[in-house]
Amino acid sequence: MLEYLLFSVLNSLVLGMLLFMLSSGLTLIFSMMGVLNFAHASFYMLGAYFGYQITQAVGFWPALVIAPLLVGVIGALVERYGLRTVHKYGHVAELLFTVGLAFIIEEGVNLIWGRNAMTYPVPQSLDFPLFTLFSTEFSTYRMFMLLISVAIFIGLYMVLTRTRIGLIIQAALTHPQGVSALGHNVPMVFMMVFGGGSALAGVAGVIGGIFLITEPAMAATLGPIVFVVIVVGGMGSLTGAFVASLLLAAIQTFAVGLEYSLTDLFALVGIHGQVSGLLEDLGRIQLSHTGPILPYLFMVLMLMFRPKGLMGKRES
Amino acid sequence: MLEIKDLHAYYGRSHILQGVNLNVKEGEIVSLLGRNGVGRSTTCMTIMGLVQPHGSILYKGQQIAGRKPHDIARKGIGFVPEDRWIFPGLTVLQNLQLGMKSSKQSGRWRIEDVFSIFPRLGERSNVHGGLISGGEKQMLTICRTLMGDPDFIMIDEPTEGLAPMMVEQVGRLIEEIARRGISVLLVEQKLSIALKISQRLYIMGHGHIVYEGTPADIKKDQAVRKEWLEV
Repeated sequence: MLEYLLFSVLNSLVLGMLLFMLSSGLTLIFSMMGVLNFAHASFYMLGAYFGYQITQAVGFWPALVIAPLLVGVIGALVERYGLRTVHKYGHVAELLFTVGLAFIIEEGVNLIWGRNAMTYPVPQSLDFPLFTLFSTEFSTYRMFMLLISVAIFIGLYMVLTRTRIGLIIQAALTHPQGVSALGHNVPMVFMMVFGGGSALAGVAGVIGGIFLITEPAMAATLGPIVFVVIVVGGMGSLTGAFVASLLLAAIQTFAVGLEYSLTDLFALVGIHGQVSGLLEDLGRIQLSHTGPILPYLFMVLMLMFRPKGLMGKRES
Repeated sequence: MLEIKDLHAYYGRSHILQGVNLNVKEGEIVSLLGRNGVGRSTTCMTIMGLVQPHGSILYKGQQIAGRKPHDIARKGIGFVPEDRWIFPGLTVLQNLQLGMKSSKQSGRWRIEDVFSIFPRLGERSNVHGGLISGGEKQMLTICRTLMGDPDFIMIDEPTEGLAPMMVEQVGRLIEEIARRGISVLLVEQKLSIALKISQRLYIMGHGHIVYEGTPADIKKDQAVRKEWLEV
């Protein structure tokens, strides 16, 4: 049990911090620009493919730097020449623009790299068990992912709270007009935040593409979870995104290891009923099988009972 | 310093400013009066580039109509909005620091100046902007704009919702601003403060200027006061 608990906590942290890397950019972009960027997970996918390709050419470590930079530049260009142009037609147009962009990126990836998953292995220098506890090994690569994510979290926190550009970003979250009236170039700040958020998604792609899988469906797989994170955390709240990332990762990770069903639960409290048909089938479903739907269930409940999320300020 | 000719502005299809003409000279305090909804705040927002202008806005002889707000601010125009736009997640000190156009800026106003004029802001320098009182917010928003060292400042309804003692303090601050050589366009509903500190006054009605004069002129003209100002 201790082994299960310890490794579930560590794996939750790894997955949670990966989710945070994605959701932090998305929630910052939403707060500042009011744009729900449906293409955000596509930047994650681009990060993974660029990481894969650059790793083939010059190795993993340069790829870890170059791929996110490339994705960041693409993100900034999308904001400057796409979203900013569409902005005058309102948020629906912006949203449709990002949906279209997500399809374009996915099809572009299909055209260039094909529909099959890439062979994107763990770099040799990190491909060994870091420690073995009881009978389970914890890989060095997972610890590396965790350290990178924590470093990015600390870096992001320092930039937002200790630097002038961070103060400008924080101020523009509530009153962008007020910030520009003080002489700060808010459109430029928006572009930097969009580019920065995309670059963070790119980092998540480079390291997550190895950890999970690098394939054209990877954006569609992770994208909805990232939206769940920002809704549960509270739209626009960075702290909320952090808490929700860890929480949802924990829910998913712990659920996977729990082989209990409703029938077992009732038996535990002494209820042994005889049911048949659909009810019997429902009673037999194990918690481990419900893992993928739990985050969405959590989001639905959150929207019903606390629509502003865990730490959000908006009601809608 | 500022010369506006035939300025028009729209919110959607609503024609808000319908040919505004006004000017402010160097070192002058000019008040813009009028009832709610006549376009006084829109005039400031349009000068600042926050609303699309149609017409001519000359500042120090340069056309600024159509420029971006940050560009206009960098030319030396400051704007204190009616809504104050205090950044709630930043402290009082950080709000003031953001008023500076760069971290190394040195101008007519320093943070120490602000804290000596308003000791209360100094005492609350580490409190978040969202947690200070309405009067403190008003002081903070004016001082934050001053930190950008403007040569011309527009102050929209600075005394709205303030206690009489605070109104006096705001009046003294505006006079101090003018003493330091900054031109002021004061948007007010309270005639008393405008009469006391302004050199000239404009009255707006139906989206354009309907009266121009000195405080002495307007004191004498009861008909104008009744038609355009009294509620």
